[in-house]
Amino acid sequence: MRRRVMETCFKAITCAATGIIVVILLTIIWAIAAKGWHTLSWALISQAPTGDYYMGGGGGIANAVVGSIYLGVGATLLALILSVPVILYLRVYADGSRFANLIRGLLDVLWGVPSIVIGAFGFMIMVYFGMRASLLAGIVTVAMLELPIMIRAIDEAANIIPRELDETAYGLGSTKFETAVRVIGRQVLPGVATGALLAFGRGVGDAASVLFTTGATDNVPQSIFTRTLLTHPGEALSATFLKPASTLPVAIFQLLNTPFEAVQNRAYGAALILVILVLSASILSRVLSASLGKHIIR
Amino acid sequence: MTTAIRKENMDVNHIKIEKLNLWYQGTHVLKDINVGIPRHQVTAIIGPSGCGKTTLLRCINRMIDLFPGTRAEGRVLLDGFDIYERGVDVTAIRKRIGLISQKPVLLPMSIFENVAYGPRIYGAGGRKKLKETVERCLKTSGLWEEVKNRLKEPATRLSIGQQQRLCVARGLAVEPEVLLFDEPTSALDPMSSMRIEQEIVLLKKSYTCLIVTHNIQQAIRIADNVLFVSEGELVESGSAQEIFESPKKAFTQAFIAGSM
Repeated sequence: MRRRVMETCFKAITCAATGIIVVILLTIIWAIAAKGWHTLSWALISQAPTGDYYMGGGGGIANAVVGSIYLGVGATLLALILSVPVILYLRVYADGSRFANLIRGLLDVLWGVPSIVIGAFGFMIMVYFGMRASLLAGIVTVAMLELPIMIRAIDEAANIIPRELDETAYGLGSTKFETAVRVIGRQVLPGVATGALLAFGRGVGDAASVLFTTGATDNVPQSIFTRTLLTHPGEALSATFLKPASTLPVAIFQLLNTPFEAVQNRAYGAALILVILVLSASILSRVLSASLGKHIIR
Repeated sequence: MTTAIRKENMDVNHIKIEKLNLWYQGTHVLKDINVGIPRHQVTAIIGPSGCGKTTLLRCINRMIDLFPGTRAEGRVLLDGFDIYERGVDVTAIRKRIGLISQKPVLLPMSIFENVAYGPRIYGAGGRKKLKETVERCLKTSGLWEEVKNRLKEPATRLSIGQQQRLCVARGLAVEPEVLLFDEPTSALDPMSSMRIEQEIVLLKKSYTCLIVTHNIQQAIRIADNVLFVSEGELVESGSAQEIFESPKKAFTQAFIAGSM
């Protein structure tokens, strides 16, 4: 009897907790959607703001949408390039060592650092190199923000890979490099997709870190996919990455800061776009994870 | 002609273990092991649980190096070449001495890629040669007929018995000289076990085989030679006939009788 009551109670608690979380999430999304839905239009995502956009004039926030995509994708790619070797080092070369645990501890601390501090650090580096606020500075700063999240998320996935798999690879005469790249790297691919998604979500939604580093502008970043990229890659890349850019979180901040309700509602439209962006990334990562994980050992 | 001469000159023992001692985190695990492993025969290592059978096996291809806190002393000679000598390339040793573990451990790849893994890392030949190697190894391990039309499928879709034969094929593709089997049938059903046993008997024509087994019946069925290990010491070794029919030591006799 006692065990049955325990069973029922425990199930009720787990269901209730899950229910609360779902309700909170749905409320947030509903609030954003309800207020932002009617401001959503093709113009919103395809047009740059006009001069009086923040006072109710026409235009859209294409500058922030495109800026956020460049920033989010750029920072996540940069963070990935740095994370993957770190993860393979922790899992294959420094497995079980104190040093690896020390690095994990440091990353956990870094994870907890407020993004405004990371933003200030990025700004400091920017000033040191004499750079202006630019998409590149934002990408580097957001990558720093994303790194601890990405590394720790993928590291957890790498850590549960059974050590038998390493032994098998070594038993076939693999070097550590071959084991890391051909075996562990492959097994951890779905974890990489998940880690990249988590980091992307965090990076693309953060306002504080990009406030000083990316700046804000009404100009839409120039597409990097132009013919100039082939003829003069340096010029093409600097025209995109060395210019300031706007991002959705900063645009939301600016829109909410106006005294006009109609303009404030546009902030909800922008927030809705941000939610859709993260949702699309989530779907993409799940699809990738499923196809990359076809061969993994479960 | 040259190979014939070389074969004549070759010692009957493919592997010689001399004064091998092993400590694991301060515990003396293997004590003064001296024994020869004859070429192209099946040698079974038997003994009570936790006596150091698997450890002894893992010393032979230096898998023991992977466990921090182990220290080995003595020599393990592979055709006269000491694999514990300073500066030896461990990966080269593991290429020559393959290990098939207790539980099949698959690599996260397709059936084909699992077998092709070894040849790929050693950079052996082009696509055509790779295909031939995979086919030959799968045929040797008796899996070819079952998987020839599904080579691109994830290896995880195979049954556990098939997985173990895939591991054998993968081990063969590396082209080793010695195959170490660590209780290769303990996770398998009787039918799959029988197939693996039959494979081992066939494999000894080309490879020197060592098998750790808990199953005395299995040792009787397939072994040519037997090493009886207890508490880290080599109690007795000899031909399977000697050990099973007229063991010299009372302890060996008791162990075999008890197990049967």
